[in-house]
Amino acid sequence: MLFYIVKRILFMIPTLFAISVVSFLLIQLPPGDFVTSLAAQMSQQGDTIDPATLAQLRAAYGLDQPIWVQYWIWITKIILHGDFGRSFDWDAPVSDLLWNRLGLTFVLSFTALIFTWLVALPVGIYSAVRKYSIGDYTATFFAFVGLAVPNFLLALILMYLALKFWGISVDGLFSPQFVDAPWSWAKVGDLAQHLIIPVFVLATSHIAALVRIMRANLLDELFKPFVVTARAKGLSEWRLILKYPVRAALNPFVSTIGWTLPELVSGATVTAIVLNLPTTGPLLLRALIAQDVYLAGAMILMLSVLTVIGTLISDLLLAWLDPRIRYR
Amino acid sequence: MSLHDNDLTLTTSAKPETGVPEMAGVRSATYQRAGQWRLAWWKFKRHKLAVAGGIVVLLVYFVAAFAEFLAPQDAGAYSARYTYAPPQRLHFWDESGFGLFVNAYKTEINKESFAREFVIDPEQKIPVGLFVKGAPYKLWGLIPSDIHLIGPLDPGQPMYLWGADRLGRDMLSRVIYGTRISMTIGLVGVGLSLFFGILLGGLSGYYGGQVDNIIQRVIEFLLAIPTIPLWMGLAAAIPPSLSPVQVYFMITVILSLIGWTGLARVIRGRFMAVKNEDFVVAARLDGASEMGIMLRHIAPSFASHIIASVTLAIPVMILSETALSFLGIGLRPPVVSWGVLLQEAQNIRSVATAPWLLLPGIAVIITVLALNFLGDGLRDAADPYSE
Repeated sequence: MLFYIVKRILFMIPTLFAISVVSFLLIQLPPGDFVTSLAAQMSQQGDTIDPATLAQLRAAYGLDQPIWVQYWIWITKIILHGDFGRSFDWDAPVSDLLWNRLGLTFVLSFTALIFTWLVALPVGIYSAVRKYSIGDYTATFFAFVGLAVPNFLLALILMYLALKFWGISVDGLFSPQFVDAPWSWAKVGDLAQHLIIPVFVLATSHIAALVRIMRANLLDELFKPFVVTARAKGLSEWRLILKYPVRAALNPFVSTIGWTLPELVSGATVTAIVLNLPTTGPLLLRALIAQDVYLAGAMILMLSVLTVIGTLISDLLLAWLDPRIRYR
Repeated sequence: MSLHDNDLTLTTSAKPETGVPEMAGVRSATYQRAGQWRLAWWKFKRHKLAVAGGIVVLLVYFVAAFAEFLAPQDAGAYSARYTYAPPQRLHFWDESGFGLFVNAYKTEINKESFAREFVIDPEQKIPVGLFVKGAPYKLWGLIPSDIHLIGPLDPGQPMYLWGADRLGRDMLSRVIYGTRISMTIGLVGVGLSLFFGILLGGLSGYYGGQVDNIIQRVIEFLLAIPTIPLWMGLAAAIPPSLSPVQVYFMITVILSLIGWTGLARVIRGRFMAVKNEDFVVAARLDGASEMGIMLRHIAPSFASHIIASVTLAIPVMILSETALSFLGIGLRPPVVSWGVLLQEAQNIRSVATAPWLLLPGIAVIITVLALNFLGDGLRDAADPYSE
């Protein structure tokens, strides 16, 4: 087992290197650089910057170096000093910007994840055990609708309904009076109230997909001989189902844990933008559009690394659950 | 295969309702002699939701094909007089019997906000006709015409069945034109994904070994980069100076960049399953070329699976395009797609003043739902021997 873990971790190194190169290249792809977009912004407001200042700015940000030098400076700072550089756009260290938003993003995504599992697993199990019942058809129908409705559209519709019927604006995570207030129970309550719609929106599409997967997995297991044996031995029906086939059907879920880790951090970009949530998603979009190289690069790198780590965790879990995988 | 099929059509007298033979005799003989495609078709027909989904999908593509004729107005035609005009109801009966008409608008000043508001005026009628003369257009850029399926008899009068947007453009016409872009971006993107998927998945599954290893690592790597940031990064990299057509092409390429990995995995699995079957060995001994074996012998053996995967991949593409355009980093105006249309509904203020701006979203939901039902049915039908 130890050998397997070490092997997997060693295999991560080239992948991580490739990912860091791609994240850096990805943010360099747009034509021009931050100084060009800054100059464009200034000229829109009627100001002009003379070329000498522009060149000075470029030199100050290190943008006049060849691209591989820029990459080398960037990556060595991250590895050796944990320094992600400075955001041009916000004029603040990248790590500060990220930490500010990570906490709330995590709360939001984690609540959504728990909610998803709490709804999806029971519904999926019911749907499989009572196949072709009215409940199954209802669940299947809603699952398909959930898959068909784009998240941002659902968010827009819910916002519109909330505004129309309760006359409240539901965007953001706090009411205006709480945004800068210190933490208190009233603030937590306010946050919980604002979380309802984002959590619901984020959970719907995942619930839909999970219900379908759970149903299919469980249907494969339900008629296997070990279930028949357990039933013949007189185990009560629900205990039997929860103890054996459900456990076997949960196996494929373990392998999807890898994908949920980066999602916890990226916090569903599109929904966050529509609902105006102070999470990492809108930050990334803005950084990409403004060509804020270090901020965007740090975020893409972080998300990719989390995916790789998440995959590692689920692989280790699978290897622990199923010894055959270790020796493959 | 086609010859075989024709032969069967001759012997099949009536349309069989189910895939299961209910009676012995002629029916059973037909069932036993039916080819795989026929069995799949019978199984598909039993899936009522899938059939309904298929019909809706055909209708949507019909709308996409004849957008110029079906839309009452040009997608770009604007009118400052009818900014945010609410949808009119189409009436079918007037006093003298059957006759299409809509009610005209009148403006009122809201007593509270003092804003100008449109109200439907039940006193005034605007007669509406079918196959009326309207704005001239060229169908598919070739056939000049000015006949529209529906429109006001007097082209100067307003008819906004789905309301008007910020610039007084007809939402119905714009949604109809948007259908064309949104539906083709799905098709073209899936086409590209399919090409790479079959090529690379096929190589990977057929040759195995080192080739397989490299291709699988590439796929894993692409999957390790989170989708949305990757798309956003690539889409933000499209230079603003490109023409709308070039942007459209770039977006399809970006969408299929991720799309092909999923298809390649499915195809690799199928290739590995059949590469040692007798018919493949026979073709090899017969001196068929490697490419010939892959494309002429192996690929057709799981064509039905590919059709099902493709049907399920199209809605994913449509949703991705919608999300990207909605964020403003996908297609840009003046191109009209459902995502571009929904961009108008981006903030809650405009949705509150004009809820009909969300109508393109309904089009997205119905289409994606129909494609998913169709794909689900096709996936079941692709394996007609299982129960």
